[in-house]
Amino acid sequence: MGIVNPCTMNIHEYQAKALFRQFGVATETGVAIQDLAEIDQAIKNLPEGIVVVKSQIHAGGRGKGTFTDGYQGGVKLAKSSDEVKEIASKMLGNTLVTKQTGAAGREVKTLYLTEGCEIEKEYYLAILMERKFSAPVFIASQEGGMDIEEVAEATPEKITQVVVDPALGLQAYHKRLVGFALGLEGHLFKQLMKMLDGLYNMFMEKDCSMVEINPLVTTKNGQLLALDAKVNFEDNALFRHEDILALRDLGEEDPKEIEASKYGLSYIALDGNIACLVNGAGLAMATMDIIKHFGGEPANFLDVGGGANTEQVTEAFRIILTDPKVEGILVNIFGGIMSCKTIAEGIVEAAKQVEIKVPLVVRLEGNEVAEGKAYLEQSGIALTPADSLSDAAEKIVKIVQG
Amino acid sequence: MSILVNKETRVVGQGITGRAGSKHALNNIAYGSNYVAAVTPGKGGQTFDDKLPVFNSVREAVEKEGANTSVVFVPPPFAADGILEAIDAGIELIVCITEGIPIKDMAMVRTALDKSNSRLIGPNCPGVMTPGECNIGIMPGYIAQPGKVGVVSRSGTLTYEAVYQLTVLGHGQSTCVGIGGDPINGTSHTDVLKLFNEDPETEAIIMIGEIGGDAEETAAAYVKEYVNKPVAAFIAGTTAPPGRRMGHAGAIVSGNSGSAETKIAALKDAGIAVAPTPSDIATTLLSVYQP
Repeated sequence: MGIVNPCTMNIHEYQAKALFRQFGVATETGVAIQDLAEIDQAIKNLPEGIVVVKSQIHAGGRGKGTFTDGYQGGVKLAKSSDEVKEIASKMLGNTLVTKQTGAAGREVKTLYLTEGCEIEKEYYLAILMERKFSAPVFIASQEGGMDIEEVAEATPEKITQVVVDPALGLQAYHKRLVGFALGLEGHLFKQLMKMLDGLYNMFMEKDCSMVEINPLVTTKNGQLLALDAKVNFEDNALFRHEDILALRDLGEEDPKEIEASKYGLSYIALDGNIACLVNGAGLAMATMDIIKHFGGEPANFLDVGGGANTEQVTEAFRIILTDPKVEGILVNIFGGIMSCKTIAEGIVEAAKQVEIKVPLVVRLEGNEVAEGKAYLEQSGIALTPADSLSDAAEKIVKIVQG
Repeated sequence: MSILVNKETRVVGQGITGRAGSKHALNNIAYGSNYVAAVTPGKGGQTFDDKLPVFNSVREAVEKEGANTSVVFVPPPFAADGILEAIDAGIELIVCITEGIPIKDMAMVRTALDKSNSRLIGPNCPGVMTPGECNIGIMPGYIAQPGKVGVVSRSGTLTYEAVYQLTVLGHGQSTCVGIGGDPINGTSHTDVLKLFNEDPETEAIIMIGEIGGDAEETAAAYVKEYVNKPVAAFIAGTTAPPGRRMGHAGAIVSGNSGSAETKIAALKDAGIAVAPTPSDIATTLLSVYQP
């Protein structure tokens, strides 16, 4: 729900472009390498001329990024084989920091070497599933290579949306609308028609949540090429795409979030010091809100799901406590169909296994709440029971802030 | 009176012979909900709970048992197919509990719904309950009592929170509706507000929303223009980090809407009382509603 759903899986640019080729979406020639030993062979497979060396990480702003050793730029042009090798040796294994990576940056484990091309003009093209239309929508603009959100803000008339009814499928008029919006003519228009077919087929067949090409370019020799590729897939549909799942790069994801997802937990780390453990996404967000309302700062979003069994609660505590910022924990469970006593037993068992050394406030509500609270009080573990959600939030904020 | 479901509702359970589905269906039946059939393809001819006939298709459940409402507990890979089958069988109200249905499948369902007379609640929702009459889905029955407040929410446990607060303060509910938190769903806040507004027995309304999309803003506009009953609301997600998932292109279409601040401003502008914390949902309603 909301921030937790729909979740999406990212892939690298070189993987996205391989998919593009599979679906007939034109892109420049490129070769990916994971090891410098592969570089001579890679260069042989590229056409003569300028080579672009691109760091492969799941974050935008690579071109303007800086490596942690001070080397500038995660995307660079090379005019000779020697220059390709020199740049590659500086990037591979190095850590790139961009405006989207955070200060820690990401290790570059793959480089993508592509042929350089002479750009005539840049465009923006994307297709995504939009909740407002309950359907896929193409987004096209002649303002390519720019921050598209800024274009949408300042000059919304420069962006065209074309909604496709998924039951009807992509029709010729949809494609013409996109083509005219981009102002393409003649053989470039024809190339676009083919590209849109490929994009739509890929989007639907592979259950993408978004495919973004920024920039899409026309070249001086009359080609229409996808020069960048950002492709996201919907988590809920990955069960039917083993080929896509195989492209997942766990090194690009937060290890705590991966660990959480193994146990059916949704976890998102935040900057505060009060951790929360809640059942249900809406209630989990509301719990973060009420901590803030009473002057505290939530350390995370954590939804243990409707059931909240002992194993899940134990894992949830473990994950929470790997965050050194956490100075207190608020557990908020609405018992629903499960008995609060069962949940209380789970919390106590989990607390014993994990050895919680920070203050713990527990608020239970729902089925057999009196029995649940009594069990907590008799458990002998150090925790503060709370009567209501506001009582719980006030208590944990007061305890943590001293 | 109530909306959507009542004593007369004839429920068919799709996928309730599975482990999770059966537990909840039995709870619903124990509550007094009028289940008339179960549907599990391949298990036709068996019985559920020793008395409910199991059919191979929803069509049979409609023809033989007069089912008019379906609850879907079918696992995510097959859930959209289950909904489409219910639409095809002419089921009036389909309540889909299943979490994790691929969005593409739901886009297809949306198209089929638009061409039919069926209404879908959900997916990824806790269900619908008219206290004392009919409870379909996974809501705990004991938190509610019959009364005159309508409750509509995108979130499950937050619905329980609001309903329970009302019950503890002695105020019952006409109907509690969980519309689900998925990006594509069958029934919106506005659809349910409209039903509550037209229901003579519903005197006041609680609406619970969360960040993302613009359904709450649309609902606020509807309330401003058409609703004269007292309305209170809560929006979850004031402190949530902004749009981690959908990336740039997602933010374009939704523009600036979707943040808690925008939603709360729209609700207040419509004369809706907005609860400052999730603990104050019922008391906020009672500040504008004196039964």
